[in-house]
Amino acid sequence: MKLKKRIPVIDQGDKFGFWGGKFGGNFVPETLKKPIEDLEIQFNKLKNDKNFLKERDGYFKNWIGAPTRFIKLNNLTKYVGGAQIWSKVVSDANGGAHKIYNATVHCLLAKKSGKKVIIGDTGAGYAGKMLSMAAKKFGLKCKIFMGAKDIKRQQPNVKAMKKNGADVIPVYSGSQTLVDAVSECMRYWVTNCDTTAMCVGSTVGPAIFVRICGWSTSQISRELKVQLINEFGDVPKKLKLYNCVGGGSSSFGFWNEFMDYDKKQVEFIGVEAGGPTKSKRHAAPLTYGSKIGILHGAAQYVNQNSDGQIEETESISAGLDYPGISPLHCFLKDTKRARYTAASDEEALKAYKVVTKYENLRPSLEPSHAFSVAIKEAKKLSKNTIVIINSCGDAYKDRGILEKKLGKKYVKSN
Amino acid sequence: MLNPISLAFKNAKKENRPALLTYTVAGDSSKKQSLEILKAISNYADILEVGVPHNTPVADGGQIQTSAYRAIKNGIKMNEIFKIVSDFKKSKNSKPVIFMGYYNMIFQYGENNFLKNCKKSGVNGLIVVDLPWPENKIFSKKCKKNSINFIQLLSPTTSNKRLKSITKDSHDMIYYISMLSTTGGKLKVSPKKILANYNKIKKINPKKNCVIGFGITEKNISNFKNTDGLVVGSQICKEITRSLNNRQNPVINVSKIVSKLKKKIS
Repeated sequence: MKLKKRIPVIDQGDKFGFWGGKFGGNFVPETLKKPIEDLEIQFNKLKNDKNFLKERDGYFKNWIGAPTRFIKLNNLTKYVGGAQIWSKVVSDANGGAHKIYNATVHCLLAKKSGKKVIIGDTGAGYAGKMLSMAAKKFGLKCKIFMGAKDIKRQQPNVKAMKKNGADVIPVYSGSQTLVDAVSECMRYWVTNCDTTAMCVGSTVGPAIFVRICGWSTSQISRELKVQLINEFGDVPKKLKLYNCVGGGSSSFGFWNEFMDYDKKQVEFIGVEAGGPTKSKRHAAPLTYGSKIGILHGAAQYVNQNSDGQIEETESISAGLDYPGISPLHCFLKDTKRARYTAASDEEALKAYKVVTKYENLRPSLEPSHAFSVAIKEAKKLSKNTIVIINSCGDAYKDRGILEKKLGKKYVKSN
Repeated sequence: MLNPISLAFKNAKKENRPALLTYTVAGDSSKKQSLEILKAISNYADILEVGVPHNTPVADGGQIQTSAYRAIKNGIKMNEIFKIVSDFKKSKNSKPVIFMGYYNMIFQYGENNFLKNCKKSGVNGLIVVDLPWPENKIFSKKCKKNSINFIQLLSPTTSNKRLKSITKDSHDMIYYISMLSTTGGKLKVSPKKILANYNKIKKINPKKNCVIGFGITEKNISNFKNTDGLVVGSQICKEITRSLNNRQNPVINVSKIVSKLKKKIS
């Protein structure tokens, strides 16, 4: 299995949508073949269309607020005492997380294909919140599928979705988290694909959704590359990019522009959710060696039993609480371009405490996983190594959990 | 010699009626009971679809999901599902059996191993909901080699070009999904329109036995008397749930429903 150079990774799949011959594909009911093919034709045409790119960039700049900041975390660097620690503050983006890029692109596509309704899944609630924002902006009706457990633990985002006029549909089946929300959303699409567009909230699902999402979030690394050159004159000689990985949309977007660099120069580190220390359950299929299986239309490493039933996951972070992982990351793992590891619930909470103590930055529980590993590794690295963590979400949505776990002083009132 | 599935269609045709296909989930609500249900309904049904329960079913509606979750919760395993079929095949009214499920279950078992066990236990056909054409070409050939019918699905969104290619690559039976829906949805398309699509498929190759499924219940089944076969699933699963909730015997109640369905198309 080999990663090709000078070809975008999203376009390295074969004619059936498999990366490396075995990850991804289109394991979908016959009914969805046609709407998926329509979307493929539309996307393949528009992604090379100058006017469309101009339109997209216009919305990214004027509505999402690109570029998001790239800042040095001086106090944290001093505290850790090793590599220089920087952050790409993607949570600056309109709405507070990277999910806005994919949501915006899907709404643009839906609008152009004449669809009136857009549906989406959500775990942490960011994908749903952003889709509801973008739908409102583009005049589309919006339905968001969300596990009942996640509705309870991510209330601020649920409120935001409703405020934007979206229907939030609770999903009570299975573990009542993201995995069930995605299933229910796909079922709704099977029933309404003639009138309704579907947005999959991460780089998961049938191949076309993996591609659209990866293409959209790649804005993050496009910005970062420019910022690095402005700051250092060139891409640094020793660069390490840390990102949390749930479905894998923010990490893929954070890395994409640097794909062709040697990994000795630009290393990618993906941090999965290890779950509570005391629990056997986790949401880290790459770290803990899960087998390849099919989930939500794509072949991927996925937590499952020997029969092929998908296993329940456990993580403090709703956004990472998914048993599978993007086919793109399976591909990056097996080609050894990226390295994957996990942080536990406790480690993520500890990292959140450290970051908020030293910096005016409030990463949500998802990027706190990445901070945890970055802080640990940065200690052992030289001063000329540049460590960058993608702070891809803001902790406002986690205030309930943080207050419960850490006490009131860690939660700001806004 | 005709394979058992084609033979079942032929026998129904002799009686001037469509074949009746039922769908129940293996292990719902227990191994023993699902076997009893199969034995009881095979007095009336011509072909029995046995659902292989999966816990992330992207094409099933509430009724079948409930049945599947119940079976999984009660601990049903793939090996036991094969056992249910082989036990059923030993019974006196045994009928052709078609497995219906999702590809991951086959993938984890190993395609070859899965087919070997299908053959051994007496499974006659397979419907794999999330393995569409052309992705299913290789596996479908493997099935054929093992004398197992791979049943292709067609839907209202299937283009004419696809209809032709899929029909060409199909075995003895094809399955037309009546409408855009998960299983168990309310029939939102007129029978006339469904039959028009059905006839379009039959025109491509009249020899293929084409069944209609999704949304078929006791209420509307008599509209489709002039077809090769009809599948009823969700209504049966719903009846199992209702019986369990009312502390009644699902075997008797389900069997009553299937007998009624048969009368309506006879």
